[in-house]
Amino acid sequence: MNDLRWRVESPGAQTTVQDLGRDGWRHLGVARAGALDPAQAALANRLVGNPDDAAVLEIALGGPTLSLPAPTRIALCGAEAGMRFEDRSGRTHAIPGGRRVDLPAGRLRIGTLRNGLRAWLAVAGGIATTPVLGSRSTDLRGGFGGLDGRALRAGDDLPIGAHDMPDVVAPGVVAPVFPAQWFALDAQDARTAPIRYVPSSLGIAAALATHAWTVDPRSDRQGLRCAGDMLSTDMRSTALPEQVSAPVAPGTIQLPPDGRPIVLLADAQTVGGYPRLGHVIAADLPRLAQRRPGDALRFLAVDAAAARAAMARRRGELARLHWAIDLALGDRPES
Amino acid sequence: MNPDASEPRFEALADDAWLIHPAGVDDAAAADINATIAVHRFAARLRSAAPAWLRDLVPAYTSLAVFFDPERIDADDARAWIAAQDAGDGPEAPGSPPRIVEIPVRYGGAFGEDLDAAAAELGLTPDTLAARHRAPLYTVAMIGFAPGFPYLSGLDPGLALPRLTTPRTRVPAGSVGIGGAQTGIYPRESPGGWRLIGRTPLTLFDPRRATPSLLAPGDRVRFVAIDDDAFARLARAP
Repeated sequence: MNDLRWRVESPGAQTTVQDLGRDGWRHLGVARAGALDPAQAALANRLVGNPDDAAVLEIALGGPTLSLPAPTRIALCGAEAGMRFEDRSGRTHAIPGGRRVDLPAGRLRIGTLRNGLRAWLAVAGGIATTPVLGSRSTDLRGGFGGLDGRALRAGDDLPIGAHDMPDVVAPGVVAPVFPAQWFALDAQDARTAPIRYVPSSLGIAAALATHAWTVDPRSDRQGLRCAGDMLSTDMRSTALPEQVSAPVAPGTIQLPPDGRPIVLLADAQTVGGYPRLGHVIAADLPRLAQRRPGDALRFLAVDAAAARAAMARRRGELARLHWAIDLALGDRPES
Repeated sequence: MNPDASEPRFEALADDAWLIHPAGVDDAAAADINATIAVHRFAARLRSAAPAWLRDLVPAYTSLAVFFDPERIDADDARAWIAAQDAGDGPEAPGSPPRIVEIPVRYGGAFGEDLDAAAAELGLTPDTLAARHRAPLYTVAMIGFAPGFPYLSGLDPGLALPRLTTPRTRVPAGSVGIGGAQTGIYPRESPGGWRLIGRTPLTLFDPRRATPSLLAPGDRVRFVAIDDDAFARLARAP
């Protein structure tokens, strides 16, 4: 099963190769990049039997159509997708997300995403583009990693890692053996609950929580832009302090002079000069990445202890889920 | 430098990162090269200690960020460890003296399309502006904006220029620009608002090289003027 390549028939709105990101190069201006929800990417990988950090496709808004020349094992996690498979005889099958699915050769269409903005497609063997600076993640601004440092285009050939695959003649869906809601962590209120942040020492930082925001359509993997205006009501007569350019991180909330906060995401630049209002807590960054343009957005100030407790809770949920998947599928390649 | 601040100042930059102003350094010292050198020295000390939980270390003008692996160390323990390394008069910068990197630049013309206008604005001839730009030995205060983009401290204050009111959508790779009181080099074609005075044929960042970035924080930089022939020859060099 070597040298398998998927042909990209249509790329979707923005589909990129991502793993868990790049560490150790920020001092040279290299962003972390990586899946905007590392836990969902890892779940998809678990479901197909990959290590958690194998490269996956991150899909935004609407998915790609992929031509699969040979049997393949896949799983899609994150936002719900209308996923359809067309076999060689032209029959189409609805394919569920959040499961392991074995597919024969054919065509996989991932339609418009629902109840969220992004999803992660794992394939057994992983996406096998060449690692750059220790990661396969696409650095869109640096123009490297993933597939030539850019989003997928029609006509691309996507290398798939070697893996053993049984002969598959019809789509085989592994029955759900876990409570469905485990796949959508915090599913109850993921779309509406406030995004928690730890305010900076800046006086205006608390005001972020008092405004109702929406998600600006110009948001991307570098930053989620808030539509609304903070300065007109809170700071009209007060100049913001002069800022010396300083390091920033995924999660940093910047306040540019136009009064519209930007929450930096995985592709964040490494330094910035805008005043910082604080940072979105690690446990809530994945939820933020699911907000769609025009969605309502509220922030809630918490302290560092609450941030840590939320992350510990999330890790616990994930550990139980990983355990259940490994037990049910019984095919972890390594511990 | 602020000699009264004897303790490093910590702010949470993210759940997995601290932003630190070393003892004696605050943002008022941004123009003080000694403050930046103190930051780099502190960063070098942390880097040489290399604890297993250290993911990234980002020095800037007056602060540095330390990214840790939260599964390996608690944020407060990381902070305590970092604070313990900031013993004010600890060892001098480890290792060798700073590297000096010469950067060949073709000033003006099509390679630096803002040179003439910038010189006129400053009341200088283009040649004088270029000569005063390459006179200092600069320090790489930080790298950011894009992979390999150096922010250089040490610009002649008489050459400070405001950024363009409308940034260019396309700045050619290698462009040398002045933005405020700083000068820098665009590693890759990108949008940008700095005034372009010249261009280097060197590749500042190539992720496939063993040392991907030509420059690292703390390096010293000297610009050397070259002509069209030298530019063409160096641009062809591997």
